[in-house]
Amino acid sequence: MPIKITDLNYVYSAGTPFAKHALKNVDLYIEDGEFWGVIGHTGSGKSTLFSHLNALTRIQSGVIQVDEFTMTGNGGKKLKRKNRPDFKALRARVGMVFQYPEYQLFAESVEEDVAFGAKNIGIKGDELAERVENAIKMVGLDYEEVRSRSPFDLSGGQKRRVALAGVLAMHPKVLVLDEPTAGLDPRGKKEILDLITEIKAALCPTIIMISHNMDEVARYCDKIAVMADGELKLTATPKELFTQTGLLESLHIEMPQVTALACALASRGLDVSGAALTEDELVEEILRAKGVTA
Amino acid sequence: MIEVRNVKFVYNEGAEDEKEALHNVSFTVNDGEFVALVGHNGSGKSTLARLFNGLLAPSSGIVKVDGMDTSDKKALFDIRKTVGVVFQNPDNQMVASVIEDDVAFGPENLGLASEEISERVEWALKSVGMAEHRKGTPFRLSGGQKQRIAIAGVLAVKPKVMVLDESTAMLDPLGRDEVMNVITRLNREEKMTVIMITHFMEEAALADRIIVMRDGRVAAEGGKEIFRKRELIESAGLELPVAARIAAKLRERGLDIEGDVTLPGELIDALCP
Repeated sequence: MPIKITDLNYVYSAGTPFAKHALKNVDLYIEDGEFWGVIGHTGSGKSTLFSHLNALTRIQSGVIQVDEFTMTGNGGKKLKRKNRPDFKALRARVGMVFQYPEYQLFAESVEEDVAFGAKNIGIKGDELAERVENAIKMVGLDYEEVRSRSPFDLSGGQKRRVALAGVLAMHPKVLVLDEPTAGLDPRGKKEILDLITEIKAALCPTIIMISHNMDEVARYCDKIAVMADGELKLTATPKELFTQTGLLESLHIEMPQVTALACALASRGLDVSGAALTEDELVEEILRAKGVTA
Repeated sequence: MIEVRNVKFVYNEGAEDEKEALHNVSFTVNDGEFVALVGHNGSGKSTLARLFNGLLAPSSGIVKVDGMDTSDKKALFDIRKTVGVVFQNPDNQMVASVIEDDVAFGPENLGLASEEISERVEWALKSVGMAEHRKGTPFRLSGGQKQRIAIAGVLAVKPKVMVLDESTAMLDPLGRDEVMNVITRLNREEKMTVIMITHFMEEAALADRIIVMRDGRVAAEGGKEIFRKRELIESAGLELPVAARIAAKLRERGLDIEGDVTLPGELIDALCP
């Protein structure tokens, strides 16, 4: 049950001097079980595009299909009840984790905060308690230790995990994460990315991660979507994308640091491919070029 | 320029949730120096930023700015003229709806003559490359542009020291480059003392000196040779810059690489003589 976006357009502040064509004829197909990275500069339309997936942004024109849910644009007017899918069910299917989600915590205890979303989609009683417990454990927090504590007494990294647990308790099958590692220190970044990999394996098979960090995207994602000026410029695997120097330049995309280093070494005459995406790959290539064997 | 001596800082002192954020921290920052302050989330970096301009006073110990004690309330006005702080979130630092008014806010509070204010605003906006936006509104700018306006607002006060508290953390790579270019230029050309708090080791590698914070203590300080101490950096929740990481892995595998490698160019020179 994949995601299919067809000819999606979106205009902010239509009919005013500030009108901005934020999405232009976007077509995108995401297969179940894929880990997508979405890159593009601030204002390129990334967030607008993916906030359509669970109907947080009302579709203006185009068609979006997520599993059995179909939304068709109606010029931005509210869809008639009989023409629109069950938004609650859709929002349970597609989980959204916004930027700095720790600023959205609000409840008096961690447990209540994590339960909020699931409760709103009609989960209650033992099942609710069980989902909350599992979600808190899944994000790597000690359930007994944190359940009754105020989320505001936790550290920044722990708060972000609580916010993530709240989305996981809804048992989404698609998880959209908007810059999940922003503002974290390097160790925190790695922990969150490893956690996302675990979530993908255990609970939520399709992951869409918006990121400004090319090394992250190169290392973790299967496919990359590149947005610029409201257009979906291309989709490619990390290998396909990051080895096309000219294309990257024309789209003003940085190479992953590792790849940039590999390219520079190759152009200085070292016998490496210039296409390494991870440090270990590059280290092996350098050792081979230098004739060092293990 | 800034002297931190035996500083302890405790949040909510005496309360149940009392937390000691800094334990006996000492270091100095010299006039005209570019210092990077690095460390994991919760290591005490941001507490230090607030101590530098007297937003917080130490629980014990002394913080001196240009000879003035930040615990001396009468000196606070002069201290804040001397040390400007740019924070993480640009949206929280805008006070006016027209850019030039926003930048003028600081100098207006110094009680300067209006010609002097407009000269300073123009100079500050030029310094950050935003002069053509002076009549515009900050709310329609990109994150990098907003952060440059925030820097201009601090510059217009003409402080001797600029403190950046993770001021590039919320920006995309382009915005981060814009801000870093402005900062390194101010340090080199205007001889401004810069203290940059960051998680990005590639940014820290641009500084003259690096101070590593871990659990409220100074774990290490020094020049770029600090990046040779991989265990120390990792124990502080950080990672080496990418070129240094690769150099370390290559050394572990028996490839001889000379010198302190922190920037990509240095690794390239070491490998392709």
